[in-house]
Amino acid sequence: MGRTVSVEIVYRGIFQKTLAKNISRGVVLAARRGGKVGIAFGRYGDSPERNGVPAKNFAIVAPDQDELELSMAQYEPAETDVTIAVDDTLCKGVESWAWYGLQPINQKVRPDGVLVVTSTLPADAIVEFCHRKPFPYRLAVIPAIPSFSGLWVYKNDHTDVRVLGTLAKVCPELVSLEAMLAAIKEEWKDDLKVTSARRAYEQTEVRVVRPDEGNPEVPYTFTLPGWTAMREGVTVEGMPLGAPMRVGGEVGGYRPARNPYFKKFSTRTMRPVVDFEKCVKCTLCWLQCPDGCFDVTPEQTYDLNADACCGCGVCAAVCPVDDCITMVNEAAFTDHRSQWERYKADPAAYAAWVRGMLAGQSERSHGFRYRGQYQEQIAKLRAGAGGEGGGE
Amino acid sequence: MDADAAAVQAAEVEQEALISGSEAVAVATKLVDVDVLTAYPIRPYDTLMQYVAKQIADGEQDAEYIVAESEHSQFEIAKHASAVGARALCGSSGVGWCYAFEAIAVTPALRLPLVAMVGNRALDDPGAFGTEHNDALAARDLGWLHVWVDTAQEALDTTLLAYRVAEDRRVYLPVAISTDGAFLTHSQSLVRVPPRAWVDRFLPPYDRGKLVLHPDNPITIAPQVNEDWLMEIRRQTDEAMRQAPGVIEEAWRDFRAIFGRGDGSPFFEEYYTDDAEIVLVGMGTLSMPVRVVVRKLRAEGQKVGFVRVRWFRPFDYEGLGALLSRFAAIGVVDRDFSMGSPFHSGVLANEIRATLYAQDRRPPVASFISGLGGREVTIPNVREMFELTRRAAESGAAPRDTLWIGVRS
Repeated sequence: MGRTVSVEIVYRGIFQKTLAKNISRGVVLAARRGGKVGIAFGRYGDSPERNGVPAKNFAIVAPDQDELELSMAQYEPAETDVTIAVDDTLCKGVESWAWYGLQPINQKVRPDGVLVVTSTLPADAIVEFCHRKPFPYRLAVIPAIPSFSGLWVYKNDHTDVRVLGTLAKVCPELVSLEAMLAAIKEEWKDDLKVTSARRAYEQTEVRVVRPDEGNPEVPYTFTLPGWTAMREGVTVEGMPLGAPMRVGGEVGGYRPARNPYFKKFSTRTMRPVVDFEKCVKCTLCWLQCPDGCFDVTPEQTYDLNADACCGCGVCAAVCPVDDCITMVNEAAFTDHRSQWERYKADPAAYAAWVRGMLAGQSERSHGFRYRGQYQEQIAKLRAGAGGEGGGE
Repeated sequence: MDADAAAVQAAEVEQEALISGSEAVAVATKLVDVDVLTAYPIRPYDTLMQYVAKQIADGEQDAEYIVAESEHSQFEIAKHASAVGARALCGSSGVGWCYAFEAIAVTPALRLPLVAMVGNRALDDPGAFGTEHNDALAARDLGWLHVWVDTAQEALDTTLLAYRVAEDRRVYLPVAISTDGAFLTHSQSLVRVPPRAWVDRFLPPYDRGKLVLHPDNPITIAPQVNEDWLMEIRRQTDEAMRQAPGVIEEAWRDFRAIFGRGDGSPFFEEYYTDDAEIVLVGMGTLSMPVRVVVRKLRAEGQKVGFVRVRWFRPFDYEGLGALLSRFAAIGVVDRDFSMGSPFHSGVLANEIRATLYAQDRRPPVASFISGLGGREVTIPNVREMFELTRRAAESGAAPRDTLWIGVRS
């Protein structure tokens, strides 16, 4: 009769809430066709009604109800057969409202399990984002831009069924392709979506990730205190005052103290890039940032703290100078180095880096902006894919 | 009265005043120098408000007196005052207390030691003023300390005790002082008002230490938490409640030494229990008719007594268990109800049953509901309850179901 199979879908709050739900539902409905039972649920503590916050859905499929009950009334399984990241920037690790510390994207993937990522990046680049694991696992990349929509609208760009089609390939134990396609047909009543799922099944490639590949950093962790050690009265100590910045020989400006336990950066999908040559020192980015992410440099310009920034884009919106603060796809970065320190070390090289960042970035937005937007984007995607998914 | 009040502040001797239970609490707020009082009118709590307003207007009392736009705000204001280190008093009655429930529910976890007077009143609808204990008891499980008083003197004394216990660092929990509407809040009796100097000796200043909300001590209070934290927070509140009995006993000893009042246990009062065969148990002003009947029955040769529970939370299950297991039968009189509870009893009766379960000797417990909505518990009513309890003692079994005494059928 088989065993219990666990699928985890890591997604971004609000933007991908419906997408994640569709995927987890699709897994259970398809498995049902194979005579299995299952549950689809969201990790309750994630509080996914916040823009971009990393959150999780799960689909658990078991041979019978008794086996399934072992996986019920819990917030998440201990390990997964498949973990799906529907945004490649999640591969840098996630910190949600539900836990403390940075959880590697592949943390729950069991030996020989598979990580499925939607991305336009090559698989090797994705591997570099992911933290290392002590055993080999598999990676499948579905070529796609992040499918971001809103809380009340859904971008029906077939990302849901492309992921489902891929699942039939990477985890045949979970569900056959035939059952999956039949379930998609029944759930959406759309032949085009069935075709998209089949193409994903046919085209998605899988590679093995070895233990010596990936990000070698140890993710920051947090130990929960016991009740005798916790402060009483539901109180939390305030942040201490900050200190001047010290960079090389220069001392000055102000760097606030920040919460070392809850950093927020894994919510970010776009990162502000600051062109210090253009800055007019108007202070607006610094004042308006809701999270106090900017350090004041000794020159009274404003340097992003990439640990604290959740990528909301307010700084870029309020900056009065063209191309002084620009939001750039987070996937283009591999570290949290201070931009101002790079600028001071070599202004010319920094200027070239900024130009490159602004020119070569792939499409990224915070979702739904105007009526008709999704139709436009999907048409463009189809044209770019040489008519793939046509037939409408 | 004004002359009395002025004299009290001047002299190191007790003065006598003719005041109601609510007014006694008001006088106590002056004696403990409460910083912030919040008010919103509702019977019978308004009798406290009126008296405090007069004390402030007459220049006898110096305090922030804030009339809120609702009970919810009233309790929130008192909470926040307590958080910044101010000694605060609040209170309400019946549905007013319930309207503040959101604030009431979170006060214990935040460890804010405010004191509230509950002028016990039936919950509307139908609109009613009379006493019923369900208003205060609605908050019985949340970490508030609950104490019931039966005289204006005890209302004053208990207010002093309440601040001492609430503000003890080991406790830091709010205290609700329940005073029966009408019988306590609207009848004046002679009360000994201690001099301020005695009170100062009894009650140290409120020191919130590292939990004080102040620019010199920057903290965040009550951030959002998830399942990783809440159980530990609940356990902390639980621990504070576990510390409360010891703190109450200490305060009671000091109170007796300074004020010369307060015999026996702080948690309950015994009346003719030494050789009693059967007793009634109850809270609040029920004590008046019960005491009368105890004396009458004693004169007739019956060995009866009365146990009045003062502190309902913390519930002195050790002391009450040891005491009550001695008797041949117990009758518990609830001025409240708990619809659908075991045996359809009131709240107190089932607490007593649970307490006795841990005892080797478990006398029969007859449970009565009486005096709801402020109805008088009459002398014949009390005689009837003693009689039913006596029969339980003789037969060795109490009626299984709760009996409503004084209800028209």
